[in-house]
Order: sequence, then C-alpha cells, then structure tokens
Amino acid sequence: MLRKTVLNAAHCALGARMVDFGGWDMPVNYGSQIEEHHAVRKDCGMFDVSHMCPVDVVGPDCRAFLSRLVANDVAKLTVSGKALYSAMLNDAGGVIDDLIIYFLTDARFRIVVNAGTAEKDLAWMRARAAEWKMDVTLNQRRDGGNALAIIAVQGPNARAKVWQVLPRVRTATEGLKPFFAAEVEQYFIASTGYTGEDGFEIMMPAAEAEVIWQKLKDAGVAPCGLGARDTLRLEAGMNLYGQDMDETVSPLDAGLAWTVAMKDDRDFVGKPALTAAGQKQQFLGLILLDKGVLRGHQQVITKQGNGEITSGTFSPTLQQSIALARLPLGVQIGDEVEVDIRGKRLKAKVTKPVFARNGKAVI
Amino acid sequence: MSNVPANLKYAASHEWMLLNADGSVTVGITDHAQEALGDLVFIELPEVGAHYDVDKEIAVVESVKAAADVYAPIAGTVTEVNQAAADAPESVNQDAYAAWLFRMTPDNVADLGQMLDAAAYQAVADAA
Repeated sequence: MLRKTVLNAAHCALGARMVDFGGWDMPVNYGSQIEEHHAVRKDCGMFDVSHMCPVDVVGPDCRAFLSRLVANDVAKLTVSGKALYSAMLNDAGGVIDDLIIYFLTDARFRIVVNAGTAEKDLAWMRARAAEWKMDVTLNQRRDGGNALAIIAVQGPNARAKVWQVLPRVRTATEGLKPFFAAEVEQYFIASTGYTGEDGFEIMMPAAEAEVIWQKLKDAGVAPCGLGARDTLRLEAGMNLYGQDMDETVSPLDAGLAWTVAMKDDRDFVGKPALTAAGQKQQFLGLILLDKGVLRGHQQVITKQGNGEITSGTFSPTLQQSIALARLPLGVQIGDEVEVDIRGKRLKAKVTKPVFARNGKAVI
Repeated sequence: MSNVPANLKYAASHEWMLLNADGSVTVGITDHAQEALGDLVFIELPEVGAHYDVDKEIAVVESVKAAADVYAPIAGTVTEVNQAAADAPESVNQDAYAAWLFRMTPDNVADLGQMLDAAAYQAVADAA
C-alpha cells in the first residue's frame, strides 16, 4: 500500500502520472516534464514535497546535539531563521542522509530530511541523543495530528505568486535572503529549494494544503512533478540522496566537502573516518558530446582510470545530456573522456558539476 | 486513455505494426508506450540490412526519465529507418502512429497473424 500526501487527490484531479517513489504515490509529471522544467526556469512552478519529513528538535541541548550529529557546523547559524545544508554521517563516514537545518531559537531547530530515509534518520538521531545524554526531544511533523504539508514554489516569479496567494506573509519574507526561513502565524516560509531558482518552500498545517495548492494553481503557478524536480536539481548540480551518495560513500567523494566543517577541533560523527580516508575521488559534471543520454551507473573511461556516473539525464536547458559523476583524482575540467552506453563508447567533456541556475546555462 | 488504432497489429512489449502492400512491415511504439515514457529525447535506430530474431532488442527510445528497449516484434530484416523521428524524438510523443521507427521484411509474413489485435492490446495496456 503506497503512502499518500494530503495533495494526492489534487494531483489525480489534474491528470498527473503517478508513480511509486520510495513507497509514496507521487506525481512524476502532469503532462510534459520538459514544459514543467521550463516553467520553473522561466516563470514559476510548484512541487508537492510533503513526503519529506520535518523534524523539530527542541530542548536546551539542541545546539550541542546538532553540533555532534552532523558534518556541517551549526555554529554557523547565528541569526534566527538561518538555514544550513549538511550531511549526517555514520561512524564509517558514509552519508546516512543529507538535510537542511533551520535555526529558530537556541531551544528549537527544525530539520527537514528525505522521505525514504525519515524513519532511519529519526531512529539514528534518537539513539545518539540517548547515548550522549542530551536533553532534546525530536518531534516528526509529517504524520499524525500535528502534520505539516510542504509546497515548494520555485522560479523567478515564485515570490510574487506566493505573496499574491498569502499576502500576510509578505512583510516577513520580503527581505528574506537565500537560505533563510521566517515563521508567520501557522506558516513556515523558507527561501530554500532544489531547483537552482529563487523561490519559497512553504510548510503549512496539512489541512490547509489543498486550498493553498489550488490558489497557487489559480494564480498561474504550474504544477510540476518529480520528473522536472530531478532535471532541475541535476542542472543546478545538487546531489540526490541514494543516487549521488549513500551510506557507503564519503561526502568528500560526493562533492560535499564544502559542507563538511573539518578545520576546527569540533568532534562529529564520522570525522575520524573522514580524516583517515581523505578524498579518494572527485565529483564532477559531464556533458555528452555525442548523441544519447547519460544515466546513473554508466562507466566513465578516463586516462586516470575508470569512474562512474551517479546521476544522468537530458538537460532541457542545454538541450544536451548531462551527468554528475565520481571520477578519479587527476581528471581535469575540460578533459575529454568516454562513457560506455550499452557497449558503445561515446565522447563526453568534463565540467564543473553545475549546468544551469537562475534561468540560464552556466556552462 | 491511450489511442489504439484498429487497423494495426501489436506486440505485448508495446510496438505497433502495419503490414504494407509490398509485404514489408512498418514498426513504431504505441501511444500507451510514449505516454508511459514521457518526453522522448533520444532514439537509437537499427541498421538497415541487419536481421533480427523475434523479441531481440532492435532500437532504444529514451525519455528524460528513462531508457526503454524496443524489441523486434517479428523476425525479419530492417529495410528502412525513420531518421526524421530520430532527429525529432518529440514527434513520437505528438503522434506515435505517424512517427514510425523502422520498416522490416518479415522472414515469415504469417507471423503477423499471431500478433495482438487492437482489443487484445488495449487489454494489455489497461493492465499495465
């Protein structure tokens, strides 16, 4: 039995093609995935991401707990509302999940974790809190009477559309810089996203989601499925958990070194393993020079040895196939490499792992 | 609801076939198949002159989200490919029955009689 978000009926009424996404019945597109992609780059689109799980961390030891729990350093969170992207590692330095932490007060942080990993994450967090004797409580906000729904409204016109539909959040969010959140009454409005575009991720009581979704639709915001979400995040060079990294992959080999705060003497789970192992591979982009489509798990043949594509697709913005890949150290941006696609070796160029953001190609 | 023309024959693997007056068979993917795949962005066509046994991988259609094999619905030799479809994969999304992929000369034209008719294929598509 697939799980459903509160917007499931709304998706079906719009004629969405629904798929099993990690046990959730979710829309992959509402017609054309490519049109949905362009709507977000050029105008405004919305995604139901209520399958993702907000977790409220409350109690006097919040900050001390999070400081040890995740690889990025919550000491960077000094202003209320500021958000931090981080990996949560196991003792071997593998990635249990990637998540966003919002700092609200010293006794209250909100974390948003991936859908498929939520139960595992909560069990891990609670076990660490008990082991470290921390005075914190972890409240999941996805299921049950206190559940939140999440709608991500993304694109150059996203802010204007949100203010049109929810005028009373405007004052508090007008000056919101990227990667911040503001709480206005029952709404939690975050300037975060997974598309490389401006926009808001709106958390609201689940009971309100259908009305707000419909108002956004009436305001001309294009409903977008998980298909477009994947091509948008890949163009923006954002990792997908389970594809670009997992419990067997070091964040240093998955392009996440920028999120791992190693320099000071802070202790966190996985740090000794990362220090011992160091970086073994580099995470870079590929653009296919021949015709075809790059996909996850295809072998990349370079002069320095073989690598592997972790995510690949056709880029609607570039009109070419692009990929994220783990490649041997020593491969340079600009190198020409080969990719094995069904036994044929096709030419690809190594690039920075970011292809398009803010409506434009950046390659 | 996908479109299943009554004048065509079908394979359960979602190819359609049209028997031409010269005994050749035109092959494409069904409307149901294009809809399930979503926006097509790449098509790999077979080589003209190559012979394929029934159910062998003969072509590849790739959408933004996935790659799918096209299987030879009957045994035969490829006589012609539709380069226009490969150059504009979205034409298959627009009309899967106009944007054919290849033509083949069947080893045994009677094989076509064993393929699904429209009603039988509709049942397969509905169950998918």
